[in-house]
Amino acid sequence: MGYSFQFGPVFEQTDALLAGAWLTVQLSIGAMVLGLAVAILCALGRTSGPKPVRWLITAYVEVVRNTPFLVQIFLVFFGLPAAGIRLSPDMAALFAMVVNVGAYATEIIRAGIESIHKGQIEAGLALGLKRLQVFRYVVLKPALRTVYPALTSQFILLMLGSSVVSAISAEELTSIANNIQSQTFRSFEVYIVVTVIYLGLALAFSAAFAAIQRVAFGYADRR
Amino acid sequence: MIRPFGYNEFLFILTAAQWTLALSAIAFLGGAIVGLGIALARTSTIKPLRLASTSYIQLFQGTPLLMQLFLVFFGATVLGFDVNPWAAAALGLTLNASAFLGEIWRGCIQAVPKGQWEAAGALGLRYPGRMMYVILPQAAKIALPPTVGFLVQLIKSTSLAAIIGFTELTRAGQIINNATFKPFLVFSIVAAIYFAMCWPLSLLSTYLERRLSAPAR
Repeated sequence: MGYSFQFGPVFEQTDALLAGAWLTVQLSIGAMVLGLAVAILCALGRTSGPKPVRWLITAYVEVVRNTPFLVQIFLVFFGLPAAGIRLSPDMAALFAMVVNVGAYATEIIRAGIESIHKGQIEAGLALGLKRLQVFRYVVLKPALRTVYPALTSQFILLMLGSSVVSAISAEELTSIANNIQSQTFRSFEVYIVVTVIYLGLALAFSAAFAAIQRVAFGYADRR
Repeated sequence: MIRPFGYNEFLFILTAAQWTLALSAIAFLGGAIVGLGIALARTSTIKPLRLASTSYIQLFQGTPLLMQLFLVFFGATVLGFDVNPWAAAALGLTLNASAFLGEIWRGCIQAVPKGQWEAAGALGLRYPGRMMYVILPQAAKIALPPTVGFLVQLIKSTSLAAIIGFTELTRAGQIINNATFKPFLVFSIVAAIYFAMCWPLSLLSTYLERRLSAPAR
């Protein structure tokens, strides 16, 4: 069985592939930043909010963590227009990614917050810090440092999982690959190239996260 | 023509859930067998084996599952096999699951105290005996909570088989949605069925984790 690989038709589309990869990067970074904000708020609400708020956040986290991302995207993209909210594929993809990673990150950050000793908070208050300052400097920053590895691997899973948004034809990397394969019929070659690009992106993201860790949390190692 | 959403449509979606369960079961079984091999290779003293299994895990954890499914699906055709989406999905998910289980179980094997390993050696057990009678039974206890947790991830992952055209729960939802144009209702039901499968496992995993860590100290 002879199969001759032809990567030529794939490499002719380098520009399209790069544009797709760029959108994947943008969607991922956007979802990481917004998702982190959502998660910090939810983790705060879940650890120290009133009971109904805690309940609501727990429900959000459990529902998102126990249903597939693909179904969440379908609900956002096909379901929301029925409620009168119409989003473009890119915006729907971003929204679904934020909702998804927000839930996972909430759980991770909550674990970090709960790892902070109560005495630390009391000490912070005794030193005359305001409650918000205590949360920011005494609770949140050390908590984020503790859970940073878990958080960043969740972010990389998010980036890889973003390939699923091609199902609603947001024009990211996988979607571009689908277009190319339907034009050139070199399916195997296209997906090999795109898989390698994803692998490169994953490595680049983990290198970037390591650099951020040195800058943001390096203080703990410089004693 | 738009079909109304009735009992039959609901039943169609619900019966498709059995394919989700079947796919999960096959991928878990296959993934467990290959994954055990990966975990043993990862913890072995033979360097090439360690290197190969590490790259295998890196490759599967560093690329999207969807790409892996596409590559299996189209790659099998290249090799001259005529695969249906069912076989491609089962194979792709098995490979993916084996990488994740291999990495989880590596940690569990390494979590067994080193003294156990040395004691087994002192008793004259060779590698197979040490592993089978001393290390793996203890590692299995540690491995149970994260393995159940991974099962949740696996069940959710099977939804990607819908994209390569295998009719499981998510694809059934798409089919019914295309006929009834009730996306919110249809995908809410689909999500609810996934939730009903995954949530008990999530709770079980948390419970097992708590029970495991409680009496230890």
